[in-house]
Amino acid sequence: MRRLGPLLVVTALVAGCSSTPTNSHTVVLVTHDSFSVDQGVLDAFKADTGITIDVRKTGDAGALTTQLVLTKAAPIGDAAFGVDNTFASRALQEGVFAEYQAKDSDKGPQNYAIDKRLTAVDVGDVCVNATQDVDAKTFEDLADPRFKDQLVVEDPSTSSPGLAFLLATIAHYGNQGWVNYWQRLKANGVKVDSGWEEAYSQDFAGSSGKGPRKLVVSYASSPSAEIGDDGKARTKALLDTCFRQVEYAGVLNGAKNPDDARKVVDFLISEKFQKLVPDAMYVYPTRDGVALPEQWQQAAPKPESPATVPADQIQGNRDRWIEQWRAAVRG
Amino acid sequence: MARGRPGLTGALVTAAVPLGFLAVFFVWPVLAIIRLGGGGGVAAVLSSSDTWRVVEFTVGQAAAATAVAVLTGLPVAFLLARTALRGHTLVRAVVMVPFVLPTVVVGLAFRSLLGGGALPIILANAFFNVAVVARTVAALWSHVDRRAEDAARSLGAGRARTFFSVTFPALRPAVFSSAAVVFLFCATSFGVVLLLGGGEYSTLETEIYLRTVQLFDLPGAAALSLLQVTSVIAVLVIGAVLRRRSTTLNLRVDTARRPRGGEWFVVAAAYAVVIALLVPIISLVAKSSFNGFKALAGTGFRGSLQITGWDAALNSVKAATYATLLALALGVVACVALVTLSRTRARPSLVESIDTALMLPLGVSAVTVGFGYLITLDKLPGDLRTSPMLVPLAQALVVTPLVIRTLLPVLRSIDSRLRQAAATLGASPWRVWREVDIPLASRSFIAATAFAYAVALGEFGATSFLARPDSATLPVVIGRLVSRPGELNNQMAYAACALLMLVTTAIVIAVDRLGTVGEF
Amino acid sequence: MLRIEGLTVRYGRTTAVREVDLEIADGEVLALLGPSGCGKSTLLRGIAGLEQADGVVAWDGTDLAGTPVHRRGFGLVFQDGQLFPHRDVAGNVAFGLKMAGLPKEPRVGELLDLVGLNDYGKRKVTELSGGEQQRVALARALAPNPRLLLLDEPLSALDRSLREQLAVDLSRLLRAGNSTALVVTHDHDEAFTLADRVAIMRQGEIVQSGSPEEVWRYPVDEDTARFLGCSTFIDGEVSGNAVTTEFGEVELSAEDGPVRLGLRPAALKTGGEHPGIVTAAVHRRDHVRITVKSATREVEATAPIGVQPGAVVGLRLDPDGMAVVGQRRRPR
Repeated sequence: MRRLGPLLVVTALVAGCSSTPTNSHTVVLVTHDSFSVDQGVLDAFKADTGITIDVRKTGDAGALTTQLVLTKAAPIGDAAFGVDNTFASRALQEGVFAEYQAKDSDKGPQNYAIDKRLTAVDVGDVCVNATQDVDAKTFEDLADPRFKDQLVVEDPSTSSPGLAFLLATIAHYGNQGWVNYWQRLKANGVKVDSGWEEAYSQDFAGSSGKGPRKLVVSYASSPSAEIGDDGKARTKALLDTCFRQVEYAGVLNGAKNPDDARKVVDFLISEKFQKLVPDAMYVYPTRDGVALPEQWQQAAPKPESPATVPADQIQGNRDRWIEQWRAAVRG
Repeated sequence: MARGRPGLTGALVTAAVPLGFLAVFFVWPVLAIIRLGGGGGVAAVLSSSDTWRVVEFTVGQAAAATAVAVLTGLPVAFLLARTALRGHTLVRAVVMVPFVLPTVVVGLAFRSLLGGGALPIILANAFFNVAVVARTVAALWSHVDRRAEDAARSLGAGRARTFFSVTFPALRPAVFSSAAVVFLFCATSFGVVLLLGGGEYSTLETEIYLRTVQLFDLPGAAALSLLQVTSVIAVLVIGAVLRRRSTTLNLRVDTARRPRGGEWFVVAAAYAVVIALLVPIISLVAKSSFNGFKALAGTGFRGSLQITGWDAALNSVKAATYATLLALALGVVACVALVTLSRTRARPSLVESIDTALMLPLGVSAVTVGFGYLITLDKLPGDLRTSPMLVPLAQALVVTPLVIRTLLPVLRSIDSRLRQAAATLGASPWRVWREVDIPLASRSFIAATAFAYAVALGEFGATSFLARPDSATLPVVIGRLVSRPGELNNQMAYAACALLMLVTTAIVIAVDRLGTVGEF
Repeated sequence: MLRIEGLTVRYGRTTAVREVDLEIADGEVLALLGPSGCGKSTLLRGIAGLEQADGVVAWDGTDLAGTPVHRRGFGLVFQDGQLFPHRDVAGNVAFGLKMAGLPKEPRVGELLDLVGLNDYGKRKVTELSGGEQQRVALARALAPNPRLLLLDEPLSALDRSLREQLAVDLSRLLRAGNSTALVVTHDHDEAFTLADRVAIMRQGEIVQSGSPEEVWRYPVDEDTARFLGCSTFIDGEVSGNAVTTEFGEVELSAEDGPVRLGLRPAALKTGGEHPGIVTAAVHRRDHVRITVKSATREVEATAPIGVQPGAVVGLRLDPDGMAVVGQRRRPR
């Protein structure tokens, strides 16, 4: 053991160094940690194009954006995926992305376009989820005494769906009315958790945690995962309470391999990749004509008219809105 | 005659290795990120009453959790060091398991058992760290000569009096060593505070994260980081003063015996602690299901994982082995340097400063260090920022102080005359290490190895930061599964937890065996 | 042969050993005798190479300045053994042989025989009594045949009867092996039992060295005499082979003229002509140590068992307990 130790360390170091791919046709794709894709698809892409995609995951969308901004002078990759519309402005302002119009970006992604540098890859709608027995539909219902002590939401300062739901209420009630709405929610017994995990899997009655509350802020796609043995969905999304999160991809400024990076962005909105998006990442494809999986069609249809707030407004007001929210709900 | 200071130059050269590592992988990145934020935020942050409330809660909860960990860790240390009872290996494994569990699942478990609030935060933080106290103190305790206690008892001192007047002073270096480590771990705990605090409580760590990642308020984050570094240094200096006066012990090897009389109460307390630790552990295992394990054998519910759970377990063991070897190498070099320095009659303040400096990474925000890497490490050859080697390197930063705190109290307490006896018998300085220090410290070394493994196995932050999808480790897989809806994903997450516990237990037992075969 | 010249050891600003010169001939056993804190252990550590020191330590004419501890070939026995707790008895004894790359057997067995522990090879050292531990420590130090054996208070951690027994054993062992040795001790009985020659040390300096008898009978000054057990000091006048004092006349070999005498309790016995009252009495093994108050002073004396405080006794001088202070022995 004593003699083996140093040897193993040296071996480990050598192994560690040599495992870094040196292929010139490698694109480093920087993304967040919920990125998921079947290895077979990446292999097929390599067979077609000769490009190896080296996926580097880095925290949530916020952490990803922060990283991209901090490393803009010496980028850690060639392309990035996962900056969403709540963080896009920061990345754009700081000049993280290079201009690029992806091939096929006019086949659906253009509906979510905000800038010439970003290509919309998927949309995920944050909506209030409910158990099937709840007949709530609208924002107003959530503040109705019939649903007293039933709603659990996430803190917008620590949770991405929490922020999305706050933005949904701001979009719905406008700058004047939303604070009042939250005061009514508070009076109606809204519970605030720090993160999605505890809100959804512990406090929500419709999840495996069988918690006490029948309404939770989650995703429009969540009900597709809560289908019982009888084939029926146990939960539903309230499609009038949604906020649309759009996730973008782009080529990084200063990429070592920009030509191949562009092909990777093209790939992300290709039919092959788009049809995997729902099951792999619980989001909806942006490309038109890509069929949703069967469970989704049954339990998680894509919301038709979700709320949105322009990216630059989110960027400009996020701190203030969160402060106001804190004052209204916590104070 | 030998003139000058034999060994001093060598010790300084040896110390340069861990210090150089610290400079490149800690000091430089942290300074860079603080500089990037500029000094502008300092005045605003320091004058805000919110800041001081955060500092107060950070220090308060960490101190309380440390106290709980020490009070519960000591009986377990007694059990492991002083009693000859069956099942010690299992006890060692049980106290180690919390150390590797991902914070998110422990947080959820405590939340469902105790609800949210300050007390659950304190208990959860203590839960993670009982092992640090129990094993560090046990490593020293097993060497403390029992005859001094017997003498005190025969002089009419009661058990409590004997403990406080004879036993505790001897254990002091290990108790304060481990308490300092636990305090730093608790002060920088992040997930538990968010999850159990429900947004009502925040610590410096959570504030730094929010300001950096959510608000991109770099000046504010830099000011808070500066505050954190300053307070950590203050805590470390206090700790160093408290554990000074390390006693020379009459090192014995076999002091374990069947408990007698009142010792059974301590043993009972130790088992009560073990049972208390088992409650959240069992509640986690209970949530896994056969279906979960079955799904884990594949790539999960609708392919939500890209690899099977077993692959992830294998990845965990592989990655942890590399990280452990690297961290141990570094930690041992640091220990050798520190011990040699103090033996060459170098100024004690020099030794203490080096020691304190090496502890710093435990108390400074992972966010600060991690983002610091991004803006510095590209200047090194090979752009380590995206290298898989960064994970074990970052872990080594955390494990090294643990190794030091575990090994140093025992190495320091080895009577210098024992080493001199070896030297006069013809052992060169290197041989003295091999024949005297290493075998005598081997129990502590085993404890340090177990810690290093546990840190590496449970490591989530850096691994999720850098892991490729096909090299995901168990904690990464658990993190993924738990953040998805669906009953099966949940069951799989807990099945993966159970698997992680199993791997940990197996490794702790294997490390234990390896050690007992070796020197004793 | 060991030769020391001008050896000085400093700890910060204090000088523990000052300019010491010393020689030990091959096969000689030298006892370094002095009160605690006089620097004798520091001197021994300086010789072993365990302390930084100025001056010369040379073996057979070769300066050992550049020779580290482990190459000096000096064996060392500590007061409390310092056995390796993780090795058994045989493993401890074999340590030096292992370091030198020599075979363990038959040497380990021989040494265990020599120290009377022949069946103890497999025992744990933590199970041994203090005396047994010291024997193992001695066997361990002797095993690699050191050219010089350094013993640092080797017996003082033991109880009295064991100490006396071991002192005799040790003396026999040292003679049998024709060892060259330096024994540091604060106990003059021990020094005189073990040593061919005794050096007295005080405040970092060697104040006197000579044969045990010479040092015992002719201490160099009153402090030395006091350290060697003299509790009463009186003046006398030597003439011929006798000295005249306030306690009468007694045979003594010293230079004619005035002399300063140191009296140990054994130098004053009852049954003489100089009266006094016993103020205290303490039983010793075969006599009573008494404090006697005479007209002029209070002195320590010895009496047969049975003497009680309050008794009136007559004192007389016994030359066995007397020391001549500050004089070289007069050549006969």
